[in-house]
Amino acid sequence: MTIDLVLFLGLTLIAVAAAIAMIVSRNAVYSALFLVLNFLTVATLYLLLNAAFIAVVQITVYAGAIMVLFLFVIMLLGTERESLDGGRIRWQMPLAIVLGLGIAGELAYVLMRNDAAQRPLADLSAGFGSPASIGRVLFSEYLVPFEVTSILLLVAMIGAIVITRMQRRETK
Amino acid sequence: MNIPPAYVLTLSGVLFAFGIIGVLIRRNAIVIFMSIELMLNSANLALIASARMLAPAQEALRGHVFVFFVIAVAAAEVAVGLALIVAVFRSKESIDVDEVSSLRG
Repeated sequence: MTIDLVLFLGLTLIAVAAAIAMIVSRNAVYSALFLVLNFLTVATLYLLLNAAFIAVVQITVYAGAIMVLFLFVIMLLGTERESLDGGRIRWQMPLAIVLGLGIAGELAYVLMRNDAAQRPLADLSAGFGSPASIGRVLFSEYLVPFEVTSILLLVAMIGAIVITRMQRRETK
Repeated sequence: MNIPPAYVLTLSGVLFAFGIIGVLIRRNAIVIFMSIELMLNSANLALIASARMLAPAQEALRGHVFVFFVIAVAAAEVAVGLALIVAVFRSKESIDVDEVSSLRG
């Protein structure tokens, strides 16, 4: 058992435990914090997979910006508590858990047996996945999608403002 | 890292399934939304593992670029989605998805 495998199994344990804790937490604030833990674990896995730039983007954008937005909305609305009754459809939760664990088992079985993914990984030069190498691909081959992304972010920003403003005008 | 990429792909599949379970069993709209983020994130993990599998071919970097775009789209999605949740809360005083059934026939 190599040190890499020990490291990977430890990270897997943390990631899966954080995901389960996120789903079962009754307080939405705890859910958000467990999701941050999961994102940080996945960022560490990105580092192990030679994706340094993506790991940093994951931490700043996902674990930083997006989760702060989530926590802000949870605390703004004050709806972190959820009632404990079973909801309108009583059999929904047990059925969802059985089906979800079923798809988890099937996905794990199929992906584990994937022949192409069994080969050991090739050694890489230090530059793979660095900001410079990603930037070179991004600004040559993918320049148009990159610019379209900026329009998408602008539209999302305007959309978010319009949705909240419209509501305020109606309540006046 | 010196382990078969199949292990990482398996982890991403399991995390995706837990995201599905989260969407199905929770009724708090924000927690459902966070489960969707978990699924997006597990898909990113699969893309990065595949990129590492195809390395050192230069095309493997496309996987990283794809993940970059997915993260950008997720940020836009979260901004609009949370604005919608706030709008629903203003009109219903609740973000329980069982309460939001005005469109029911």
